[in-house]
Amino acid sequence: MLKAEASQTLRAFLIELAVYAVLVVGYLFAIQHFFLDRLLQLEEKHLTLYALVAIGLIIGQAVVLELITTGLLRLLRGRSE
Amino acid sequence: MHFPISGTDISPTYLVLTGFLIGIMGGFFGVGGSFIAGPALRAVGMDWNFAVGTDLAHIVGKSVVAAKRHRALGNVDLRLGLLMAFGTIGGAECGAQLIQMLKRTGNVNSVVSYVSIVIYVSISTFMIWESWRTLRLQKRTKSKGRGGSAAAKRDETSFMHVTRAIQNLQLKPMIALPTSGVAAISLWVILAVSFVGGLFSGFLGGGAGYIRMPMLVYVLGVPTHLAVGTDLFEIIISASYGTFSHAVKGNVDILVALVMNTGAAVGAQIGAIATQYFAGPKIRLAFVPLPLIGAAIVIYTLMTGHKL
Repeated sequence: MLKAEASQTLRAFLIELAVYAVLVVGYLFAIQHFFLDRLLQLEEKHLTLYALVAIGLIIGQAVVLELITTGLLRLLRGRSE
Repeated sequence: MHFPISGTDISPTYLVLTGFLIGIMGGFFGVGGSFIAGPALRAVGMDWNFAVGTDLAHIVGKSVVAAKRHRALGNVDLRLGLLMAFGTIGGAECGAQLIQMLKRTGNVNSVVSYVSIVIYVSISTFMIWESWRTLRLQKRTKSKGRGGSAAAKRDETSFMHVTRAIQNLQLKPMIALPTSGVAAISLWVILAVSFVGGLFSGFLGGGAGYIRMPMLVYVLGVPTHLAVGTDLFEIIISASYGTFSHAVKGNVDILVALVMNTGAAVGAQIGAIATQYFAGPKIRLAFVPLPLIGAAIVIYTLMTGHKL
């Protein structure tokens, strides 16, 4: 009984991890593609703004993507029930 | 892949894999992993000032992910984390100023290298002695903690007599930390611990978890699992401040940090979950090789004359 529960938890965790990994990689490519020039300009001319944007981008990668992952999985579970 | 901000060419696979390994370690031990990430970035030709700043930026993202996971597991003492933030920020600024001073005199690479070797070796030596003694003591008293249970979080160290003496220092105001099981401790001790952590964070880079996590356990008397989670929470604050401070000085390549964090964010979640299966002294004993690896990398690059 406990083993079944543990393997279910592990499976849910692994699915969550896989979805999150895909989103994280997508996020990186989006930034490289759309914001690279702007980031370079900021780094050359407005270092304070660059610092704030840098922190925003890295926290965004961690927080926003995790929220999207959780929401996405909830949505999928809701549909499968 | 060319990273124009720092002017370096680094393989993205190398960055993602390095981030992933550091992420697992960060989630499991509550450290930023700068003792690996700093030398790893140096090894591919990044200057120390960029390696320190960029490493801090990637640590912010990874620590947010790991701390969220630890909070869900009940491993974060928010009260302690918030109190420590004051000392951490003061210490981090002093450390960053020290780096700037060394940059001006042209000694930054050699000084940071020698200081980091001494710190890493000292921490490892002390922790191997302490955790080995604690495990031997536990064997004798047959009170081994079992993994995966609440018992695993009840912690003891063979350094407890010193910890109790520190907790008994009557320097007002005294603060209670019920989540960590500390009845009363001086606010000044908490601030001193956090200041030292912040100082190393600003000076050597990273979140300074390699020094703060052991200090939380041995100086404040926080159980290891809670020390890991609370340290990660603290690292978010210190590394964010450090990132900002280094970025305005032109020491952060955010693109390198984002690539590293793709691996680190995934690894951090795995590491955080894994803590649930190990008792405190075993986590501390497993921690020992990490600073030694960092020291070995720095010694190797110093001896071989590679750009350091």
